Amino acid sequence: MSFPFAKYSKTYYIFSGLLVLASIFGLVRFGLKFGIDFTGGSLLEMNFESRPENSVIQEKLSKLNLGDIVIQPIGDKAVILRTKAIDDNMHKEIITNLSEISKVEEVRFETIGPSIGKELRQKALLLIGVSLLLTLIYITVAFLKISRPLSSFQYGVISIVTLCFDILIPLGVFSVLGKFYNVQFTIPIVAALLTVLGYTMNDKIVVFDRVRENLMKNRGENFYDLVNRSLNEILIRSITTGSCTIFVLLSIFFFGGDTLKYFALALILGILIGTYSSLFVASPLLVSWVGWKNRRLTKTLKVG
Amino acid sequence: MRRKNKITLIVVLVLAILAGNLSYPDYFNKGVDFLNNKFKTGLPYFWEVPFRLGLDLRGGVHLEYEADLNNVKENERAGAMEALRDVIERRINIYGVSEPLIQIQGQNRLVVELPGVKDVSQAIEWIGQTPWLEFREEMTREEKMQYIDVMSQEDIDQLLKIINEKAGKEIKKEEILDYIYLPLFKPTELNGSYLEKAQIVFDQTTNRPEIQLIFNKEGIDLFAKITERNIQKPLAIFLDGMSIVDTDGDGKITGNDLYAPVVQDKISAGKAVISGQMTLDKAKEITQRLNSGALPVNIGSPVSQRVIGPTLGEKSLQQSLKAGIIGFLAVISFMIILFRIPGFLASIALIIYITLTVALFKLIPVTLTLPGIAGFILSVGMAVDANILIFSRMREELKQSRGYLYAIEEGFKRAWPAIRDGNLVTILVGFILFAFGSGFVQGFALTLIIGNVISVLSAVFVTQNFLRLFSGDKSKRWLWLWK
Repeated sequence: MSFPFAKYSKTYYIFSGLLVLASIFGLVRFGLKFGIDFTGGSLLEMNFESRPENSVIQEKLSKLNLGDIVIQPIGDKAVILRTKAIDDNMHKEIITNLSEISKVEEVRFETIGPSIGKELRQKALLLIGVSLLLTLIYITVAFLKISRPLSSFQYGVISIVTLCFDILIPLGVFSVLGKFYNVQFTIPIVAALLTVLGYTMNDKIVVFDRVRENLMKNRGENFYDLVNRSLNEILIRSITTGSCTIFVLLSIFFFGGDTLKYFALALILGILIGTYSSLFVASPLLVSWVGWKNRRLTKTLKVG
Repeated sequence: MRRKNKITLIVVLVLAILAGNLSYPDYFNKGVDFLNNKFKTGLPYFWEVPFRLGLDLRGGVHLEYEADLNNVKENERAGAMEALRDVIERRINIYGVSEPLIQIQGQNRLVVELPGVKDVSQAIEWIGQTPWLEFREEMTREEKMQYIDVMSQEDIDQLLKIINEKAGKEIKKEEILDYIYLPLFKPTELNGSYLEKAQIVFDQTTNRPEIQLIFNKEGIDLFAKITERNIQKPLAIFLDGMSIVDTDGDGKITGNDLYAPVVQDKISAGKAVISGQMTLDKAKEITQRLNSGALPVNIGSPVSQRVIGPTLGEKSLQQSLKAGIIGFLAVISFMIILFRIPGFLASIALIIYITLTVALFKLIPVTLTLPGIAGFILSVGMAVDANILIFSRMREELKQSRGYLYAIEEGFKRAWPAIRDGNLVTILVGFILFAFGSGFVQGFALTLIIGNVISVLSAVFVTQNFLRLFSGDKSKRWLWLWK
């Protein structure tokens, strides 16, 4: 089976372009719902024997002067409260006050004071910075060997463009999830995206590697057809590899409990988008660039 | 070539069996029980190594404190943190928390993890409270007998042995107290909450430093009562569960020290003096602690807390295991459907991979947390991907009808760079995450790295050899099973 990939490049561009626009829109409009590891604050999850409405809880806690309280019901018994950082006494008071409504059982409690919050933010930024830097270096080194018809620099640029795509779309998804489902953007999610970074980087290299391999074998072939053939060869492989990892991740997403849910989702999104972009973004870009270069070449030839 | 194969496989199989039993020794132990009962062989159980579970799987409290080192000189800071750590450890031990973790992090951070503790307020109290000063009086003979009764058999035997050596005859448990003096003390009502002040005084004749304890009104009464009923008997003074001063002369306060001066007379003035071998610095330190009610360095309230309820911990563990098993089954089915026999063989290799990794987790030991399990599950998925790479390549080669063994070798050779690079990149990312992350991220990164390393080894040594082993004399008609 031969799927004429490159023929539909326009479709891919449009589709990808739409995704990019949607993500940018989401991020600008909704922003990301940063979790307490970025903002600092407290999170309290409790099980109520008979869970009251949010407004009842809000009212009960109003006299404690906690400022903004985000109340999020989970399942049928649990409630998550998010407030600014509270100390131990306030913690006890909240529980006592809420016990007056109905019996409560504390499931978990997290407090991140402002100093730790700041430190975590810095660490996260450092982490992202180092990862991006190393990725760039890796790309440069890995592509040094590839040449003709594009220089390794050009492969590198395409990789970076696709990389941005790979990160942007999941962020967009999380901004929408954050707005409508209150999904928190936490440090584990950042870690997940970085893990995926490495994974998809490798994926691109594999695709380009195939292209190179075929290039070296058949010098005469038209580049366009070559890319096409390479992609067909890798199609099965690309889809099946990601898929096993995705199987296990889906398993974690559905069965692994709340804490891991969105972490797994971040990984799944990253891998899906990464696979998509290697096949349907990076390669068309390759072809287009060569095509553009060729047109320029013929133009110069004509003139000269 | 074939010889080497067989040897490698046998080694791997043996390792896998050992690892499997290490991970889950129940079957082995049942077998041993059976044999022991039937044939009266004295076989031991398999080496028991329990899993280390993190807080998020066990439930517990995680607290982080920032110590105020502003008043401490640069070169003394490490020492101050150590002292802080020790005191807090002692306090926690008094409350019998199992496997607490108390660690110094960075310059001035102290991390305290208390598994199984449900009430974070209580934990914070234990840690931040005033030093616990106790006065203990000697137990009566009956009480000591009761104490001996509940001692472990080993300890009783040891005592009997000592007496036997000294007195030269065999005695019974009930006679122990006739032959040996056991310094056993029980708490009295008098403790640090009745302390008004502690100060340093100097002995008139020897000029040695001593600690003077001055009690408040209730304390004065209590002290009078206690000293009255203990005249000519020792009264022990404990601080944070141990002797308040060093008595065996080793310069440290350990379980071997016991400060229990004999009461000469009833003391109604409410002042007690502690004398003994101590330097002025040590005396100052103890007095300071008793007075300020503070630790060697001030820590304030925790800067970060995490409390995981035990039910959540239990639930998380079960859920993650369930997810792992389902994922594992899904992946195996997928491989077998897609690749038939190679898929089946790879599944066996996968099982070996899992047992080895799990055993490694037990041995190192790696504290399993939720993200850690996620990292492990992820690397299982990636390990399968490696196998798929190999098989896809193999299929391609077989399509070109190049002969069977050739297909295997070529399959591996061609697939290897991709596998190696993929795993290397992930391991690299893992290291970065481990270095710059904390808590959740580190747990994930660690298992990811270990999982990937073993996965690479497994792909090279196990899968490849399995396939080679089964390739030998396959005639063409079996080929379809492989394609």
